Amino acid sequence: MEAFLQSIGYDSWVLPALLIIPLVGAIILLGLSQTADSDAELSGSNARARVIAFVVLLIEFIVSAGLWWSFNPANTGWHAAIDSQWIPMWGIRFTLGIDGIALMMILLTTFIMPLTVLGSWTSIKKKVHAYFAMMMILTSGMLGVFMARDLFLFYVMWEVMLVPMYFIIGIWGGERRLYASIKFFIYTMLPSLLMLVAILYLGIHAGSGGTPNFSYDNLVSHPTLAPRVALWLFGAFFAAFAVKVPMFPFHTWLPDAHVEAPTAGSVILAGIMLKMGTFGFLRFALPLFPGTAMNPTVRAVIVTLAVIGIIYGALVAMVQPDFKKLVAYSSVSHLGFVMLGIFALTLQSVQGALMIMINHGISTGALFLLIGMIYERRHSRAIESYGGIARVVPVFAALLTLVSLSSIGLPGTNGFVGEFLVLVGAFKPYPVFTTIAATGVIFAAVYLLWAIQRILFNPLDKKENEHIPDLNWREIGLMVPFIIVIIWLGVYPAPVLRRMEPSAQKLVTTVTQGAQLGAQAGAPAVAVSVTGAAR
Amino acid sequence: MLAESLALSAVLFTIGVIGVLTRRNAIIIFMCVELMLNAVNLTFIAFSRYYGAAGQVFVVFVMTVAAAEAAVGLAIIISIFRHRQSVNLQNINLLRG
Amino acid sequence: MMLLQIATQAHPLAGTVAKWVWLLPLLPFLGFLINGGISLFSAAHVGPSDPDMGHGHDDSHGDAHAISEAEDHGAHGDDHHAVKPHRYAGIVSIIGPLVLAASFVLAFMIFTTMRSVDMTTPFIQRYFSWMPVGTLQIDAAIQLDQLSMLMVLVITGVGTLIHIFSVGYMREDPGYPRYFAYLNLFVFFMLVLVLGANYPVLFVGWEGVGLCSYLLIGFWFSEKANADAGKKAFIVNRIGDFGFLIAMFLLFSNIGVLDFAGVKAAAPGLAFGGALVTAICLFMFLGCAGKSAQIPLYIWLPDAMAGPTPVSALIHAATMVTAGVYLVARSSFLFSIAPVASLVVALIGGLTALFAATIGLKQWDIKKVLASSTVSQLGYMFVGVGVGAYTAGMFHLMTHAFFKALLFLGSGSVIYAMHAAYHHTGSHEDAQDMRNMGGLRKYMPITWGLMWAATLAIAGIPPFSGFFSKDSILGATFERAGHSTLADASLFGIPGSTLLYLIYVFGVAAAFLTAIYMTRMMIYTFHGPNRTGSAEESHLHEAPWVMTGPLVVLGVLSVVGGWFNLPAIIPIGKIGVLDGWLDPVVGEATRRVAEAGGEAAHGASDELILIVVAVAVAVAGMALAFARLKPQTLVPASQSPEEEGFERVLAHKYYVDEAYEAAVVNPTYQISKRVLWRGIDAGLIDGLLVNGSSALMRGFGWVGSRIQSGAVGTYAWVLVVGVLAVLGAVTLR
Repeated sequence: MEAFLQSIGYDSWVLPALLIIPLVGAIILLGLSQTADSDAELSGSNARARVIAFVVLLIEFIVSAGLWWSFNPANTGWHAAIDSQWIPMWGIRFTLGIDGIALMMILLTTFIMPLTVLGSWTSIKKKVHAYFAMMMILTSGMLGVFMARDLFLFYVMWEVMLVPMYFIIGIWGGERRLYASIKFFIYTMLPSLLMLVAILYLGIHAGSGGTPNFSYDNLVSHPTLAPRVALWLFGAFFAAFAVKVPMFPFHTWLPDAHVEAPTAGSVILAGIMLKMGTFGFLRFALPLFPGTAMNPTVRAVIVTLAVIGIIYGALVAMVQPDFKKLVAYSSVSHLGFVMLGIFALTLQSVQGALMIMINHGISTGALFLLIGMIYERRHSRAIESYGGIARVVPVFAALLTLVSLSSIGLPGTNGFVGEFLVLVGAFKPYPVFTTIAATGVIFAAVYLLWAIQRILFNPLDKKENEHIPDLNWREIGLMVPFIIVIIWLGVYPAPVLRRMEPSAQKLVTTVTQGAQLGAQAGAPAVAVSVTGAAR
Repeated sequence: MLAESLALSAVLFTIGVIGVLTRRNAIIIFMCVELMLNAVNLTFIAFSRYYGAAGQVFVVFVMTVAAAEAAVGLAIIISIFRHRQSVNLQNINLLRG
Repeated sequence: MMLLQIATQAHPLAGTVAKWVWLLPLLPFLGFLINGGISLFSAAHVGPSDPDMGHGHDDSHGDAHAISEAEDHGAHGDDHHAVKPHRYAGIVSIIGPLVLAASFVLAFMIFTTMRSVDMTTPFIQRYFSWMPVGTLQIDAAIQLDQLSMLMVLVITGVGTLIHIFSVGYMREDPGYPRYFAYLNLFVFFMLVLVLGANYPVLFVGWEGVGLCSYLLIGFWFSEKANADAGKKAFIVNRIGDFGFLIAMFLLFSNIGVLDFAGVKAAAPGLAFGGALVTAICLFMFLGCAGKSAQIPLYIWLPDAMAGPTPVSALIHAATMVTAGVYLVARSSFLFSIAPVASLVVALIGGLTALFAATIGLKQWDIKKVLASSTVSQLGYMFVGVGVGAYTAGMFHLMTHAFFKALLFLGSGSVIYAMHAAYHHTGSHEDAQDMRNMGGLRKYMPITWGLMWAATLAIAGIPPFSGFFSKDSILGATFERAGHSTLADASLFGIPGSTLLYLIYVFGVAAAFLTAIYMTRMMIYTFHGPNRTGSAEESHLHEAPWVMTGPLVVLGVLSVVGGWFNLPAIIPIGKIGVLDGWLDPVVGEATRRVAEAGGEAAHGASDELILIVVAVAVAVAGMALAFARLKPQTLVPASQSPEEEGFERVLAHKYYVDEAYEAAVVNPTYQISKRVLWRGIDAGLIDGLLVNGSSALMRGFGWVGSRIQSGAVGTYAWVLVVGVLAVLGAVTLR
């Protein structure tokens, strides 16, 4: 495989190709969208749109899959890197590259996206072309975030991703879609603008001869900010990422967005977009400001918020009457584990955080797809309106149970690996917090088992539930990849862990060293003089 | 002499302002605006006696603009009247936010 | 890792049949895949309209029963409404038990090989790296030693018998393939539990069996009570698992390894009785308390009787619930250097033994009697492993697996007969209530005889198996009270030796109560007049041979099980077989606890006295039961009044469930709902901060839009006022 990839020069074109393929797909879809006159023609054209979207994203996945083999964990630099001029006047370059962390995030994205197309096969009925075009643009934006090595480019991608999601929720969403989409947009946009200011400051500060420099590598290797400045800049980055994660107490956009978004929107939101926040911490907030991020007070505050998020998310999830909202709050809980893992900053905890990022994408994505399937049949997300349907839809019941167990973190499924690694890694620096966080595994069992009991088990006492059709082959086929990954990552996560380990190790080392350097530099005055000397 | 002229123009101007502020009829408001303009013209004339002809030049200027303004303004008012059978400004609030 | 590999290469078992050890768990897993596939496939094809699907929900199952709703539903959960066997019943009946039997045969072959070689170190097989992260290296590895072999034999042996029994018992259930799929999966996880070579792999099995327990308790999930019971079991177990997790974190962050060999090697380096090792052991014991139903986490086990009776036999008596005992024995290298933690284990065990035995006195549901009894007997096992008599604990685990499985399966036969009888007449009486039984000896003589054997065993009458195992635990407790590291330690300021004597007294008292409630159960079930109902009486009959056969095997084992580990004082066969067998695993730890210096305080005569006391207590209990209980005066359940006074407290299990409900469950729910969600989330964060700030912005906008009214008149007014103000300000200055 490696030889084949080398022979086609895979590494030199794969990243731009991954950005371009969906955009081409979007253009094709939009170009085909005005050709329908009659209903029959419309449905034919819609069917074509679905197939095109699926094929394009499948190609995207196949193209990206090569990264799995071409990626060489031993090389801790950038993989498949490309670098070209973009806006020379402002020192902005179009630089892409991935490390082990981005690799897994990219694969997660390209894995989930075609499946979301399958998941919205029949549920999307209006403006089908535009819908799938939005998904395509979204794919490019999300992948761009994971690939960008230039902070400005990163910011552009960060915002590119926001717009299609706004439309997906706002046009194809549920009853309160306008409220949810505007809330989502403003909630995430506002701190992003703060981050833009911080990025501009960083770029100008690091620039020379009047030209800013937004290169990530350059910024990371020059931690010459005064602590006060670094604190403010870190705060700006933190705001942008914490909302995206979402960390308690910046999470309230999530339940609304999840509930109102169409199935695919929820899957993408939970599965991929929430990872943007934690990815941002790993890629930007920590390496750029190691001194601030590892400042004991800052760290304690963030870890506290993470642990509160774990427990709070679980408890609030427990009392939700709406299954989608329940899963939304469970995301708050899971992402709390990720934040704990990141800020505990041991190799195990960071690796665990990365695993949870992947696992949460898989498990929660699958959960939302399953909810979408049953919603299409019964048009209700309320847990109350079900009960005892395991008898009616046994295949659905088996799948929902399995996916829920993976979300609970049952050993042997993927969920366990991540949570175990985070907790085992975080225990050393934060024994008390970790112990509290570990109670989250109890609450996770409570809210999910209780929910699936009220949906699948108990007496079948509602007439309208007696004749729900079970999953069809498309739906089963779309769940199979999820199930395979759930088991695979639970039983044999070593290949994934090995690919991420050098990057995680590098992160831990650089941040720890950076923090120590900052601590040694001591007073702000010293840091400033260092800056002066460097100039 | 100057003081008397200025006082007269102040009185005229005030009458104009009060007219603009209190009346609702577009024609009357228009007349009051003209009154204010003419009050200013009077001031210019009064000052030009002491400070040279620049004030008189200005008055000519103002009168020209006022004439143009009167033409356009009256045209608008007439077309509004044709449309609504009224020139009461209270009723003309189509653009109101 | 390097060290381990060298050890593997040099190991006497290398290259023998033991290399197939991975097949042990894999065979049941294969069974799970096949049966699960059949279950899903047939369910998907039968379709929801098929009347065979599920059990018709029947609200007429009277709620008038005096016993709790759970018992009622539990009884009718054994629903044999669908008289036609499942269409794939044939193949499932073969595959389900067959994989277990194959596993057992393989285990036995490995066992004989192990006996033939001299094996002092565990046989560790690494298969692949599970979680390799920096210094944390967790392998998917199997560890085969004498302790795990013992467990494997019990699990596959008893498991096979219970699988065969299930073929008869569950034959007519519409969920037949699903049942066997779960059961096979359970055995798979149980074998992973006992064969895992490190704590995380053990934990996989540990949670996996919890999952299967959850699925099987809630097997008849259409009854809310059953689904509730399953969920309760899982969640309570999770509380324990939390402790287990913390123990693992403590181990990793202080020792840096999680495999048994590594921890065992590092254990001597830990401070004896230090805070660290005590904390590790206590957290680990929290896990054991959850899994093995000890105070305060025992509450799930009585409810777990909602599952099919063979499940109760396999999971909630013979195997899964003993996992905690196994874990303590497995971690003997830790517990033996944590005397305080060991004291806690023994004390909790003793308390549980006594406490649960009192509950058993007043239960009317035959399975609930056995459930209380199981909790009580598990308490004994924890006394055993707590006082450092690891072999005694494991011995009791084994004999208990025999006689308790027999008791459960026997009660299954009884319920089966009762159910068939009630089904014939269309009655909705409770088939599990002993007040509806009586005089069954006449109809089911084989079951009667076998269950008496088991009862004598559990009561501790010589020479039945329970006598030997229980006696070795009580004897060890008494001996440790005399001199051991535990006796030298103290808990809450109370000397360990006092505590151990107290635990011994608890144990003897529990033995007395055990004899009473077991005899009570037998009398009410099999003796006296029949209270089933005149119409039903004629339909009572012995279960088919596929069910009775396994009972006979278990009966033999219950009788002779004691010979596996005879004490030196009763030399009626080879002495201390199990002691010798387990010595390479737990011998060192046992000696560390026992040989605290000083001479043995008790001699052989003391031991004899102890035995006499134990037997006398058991006999007295049985005699008391026979003397006081009058099955003739008992009336059927539907006509019985509710108990009064303390009896009612016992019948309601001390209202502990209700107390937990009121003190923990409800407040958590209400606080989450009212304070966290409605208050903080929707009210404070979203309402006040998020939507509040947006409302504020909208307010500014509103004010702005009011100012920009477009009314020129207003502008003019403002202009004039402004000019006047400026003029005024300038002039008046």
